[in-house]
Amino acid sequence: MLSVPPIMRNDDLLSAKVALFELRSDPSFATRQRMALRDLQEGARLLPLAWSLGWLDIRLRYRGSILGPFWLTLSTGVMVAAMGYLYSNIFHTDVHSYLPYLALSLVLWGFISTVVSESCSAFTDSENVIRAMRMPYFLFAQRVLIRNTLILAHNILVIVVVFAIFQSWPGWRSVFVVPGLTVWAVDSMAVTLTLGTFCTRFRDIMPIVGSLLQIAFFITPVFWHASQLGAAQRVLPLNPFFDLLEIVREPLLNAWPGPGVWLGVLGYSALLIVVAALLFTRARNRIAFWI
Amino acid sequence: MLAPQITVENVSVSFPLYHGGARSLKRTVFAAASGRLGQDRKSRVVVHALRNVNFDLRGGDRLGLIGPNGSGKTTLLRVLSGIYEPEAGFVRVQGSLNALLDSSLGMNLELTGRENIRLRGQYNGFSRAQLDRLEDDVAEFAGLDDFIDLPVRIYSAGMVIRLGFALATAVHPQILLMDEWILAGDADFMSRARHRLEAMVRGADILVLSTHDLKTLQTWCSRVIWLDQGRIRLDGSADWVVQEYVASVSRQPAAELAG
Repeated sequence: MLSVPPIMRNDDLLSAKVALFELRSDPSFATRQRMALRDLQEGARLLPLAWSLGWLDIRLRYRGSILGPFWLTLSTGVMVAAMGYLYSNIFHTDVHSYLPYLALSLVLWGFISTVVSESCSAFTDSENVIRAMRMPYFLFAQRVLIRNTLILAHNILVIVVVFAIFQSWPGWRSVFVVPGLTVWAVDSMAVTLTLGTFCTRFRDIMPIVGSLLQIAFFITPVFWHASQLGAAQRVLPLNPFFDLLEIVREPLLNAWPGPGVWLGVLGYSALLIVVAALLFTRARNRIAFWI
Repeated sequence: MLAPQITVENVSVSFPLYHGGARSLKRTVFAAASGRLGQDRKSRVVVHALRNVNFDLRGGDRLGLIGPNGSGKTTLLRVLSGIYEPEAGFVRVQGSLNALLDSSLGMNLELTGRENIRLRGQYNGFSRAQLDRLEDDVAEFAGLDDFIDLPVRIYSAGMVIRLGFALATAVHPQILLMDEWILAGDADFMSRARHRLEAMVRGADILVLSTHDLKTLQTWCSRVIWLDQGRIRLDGSADWVVQEYVASVSRQPAAELAG
């Protein structure tokens, strides 16, 4: 080995990020678990970066258009107006109560369904980064959540406008969206880690998820009301999408989620988190090879 | 600051080759249902990219990697940068690290040059003030003028290399991992760039360089590892390994003729 004189370090230079990692091919579950937890910790520390990436995604999508991200708001608005007129006639319901419900439902459903469908490409979309440097995978999960939260924030305008037109403002119960949104955030992370990992390995899952979401849209009370089912609405809490929608929607409509909804939410979320933890622990170190 | 150090013990890496049906969940499920999964597992094509690789690097070490295409040089660089985790063996890397693996450096072609610079800085965990300095430094060196505010997508190939090079050399690491693309700029630019690149290479405590250019290898590296089909074939002083390598390469055509 060659000995080299001590290196003069110029303090003006930008120094690179300090890396310190020990990668041992140890198939034991404990080691894998430790590495997966470390991924989450390091990813959480990169929240500002995830935030920039989420913003850039939106800016890129609408670069060069006059309205920018408000195109989304506009298209959601048109959809609400058109469906509101159509279905209030089909269902013979009063527009005044139906439109606020529909606007809220469609916007919230839009968030749920895009998070689920975009989680499939959470890692494959960042292929160039994953192949260029060591980054916690959790960063890319946060990116999906932040991007869609920003889109949701733009769409809230539609809800506000509709609520203003029909003078149906949410009451004091709306503070109870906080636990609901917390569950949404946790579940979004879990579903992104699960589907992101799975879809990187099996590339034909994405279209399957797309068609399942399409079915879920129709069998979940999004544009129709649970009460229209009559006695059969007791089985609705079995649908996880219904539970998720209800815990945020009902407080904003100044109501309480029906019986069994929170039970369903907690049960399904626990299941999802266990699946995410097991899968991510098992497969995290293979994602770079699958990409 | 930590003393930079790299330990590689018995590292093996192999790639599953997913071609055709192996990427498909449907096929996998049906194969399992009809009891063919075991056979599928056995017949799965795997490329052994690295086999039983061992070496240690301490401050001051300058390692060159040579070997034919597909001998595992880039895979080894990816293992050292922590992207690929070894399937067998142990890797430990300590010190600030910069891995220049390909010219795109994780650049997003839709973003402008300036946005890419700031994003790269953020990946590096820079503060706002450091981001400003990075931006000034890179923009000035790349010399892209007004193009810096246009999407990288519309850059010429030379401009992308210039931006990539300026970005890559703006951040000074203790451990520098370089693939040979960085030496591939046009002659005019390289003469200007040489000084900047050499400053970074000299500043790094550990250098790992993969290249086909034997001259560069002998100038910059004190030690060379010759990789062949993922195995270390020779490991020693730069002059000796390069000499053996050249001898072996010049023997090859003759062997092919004889065979």
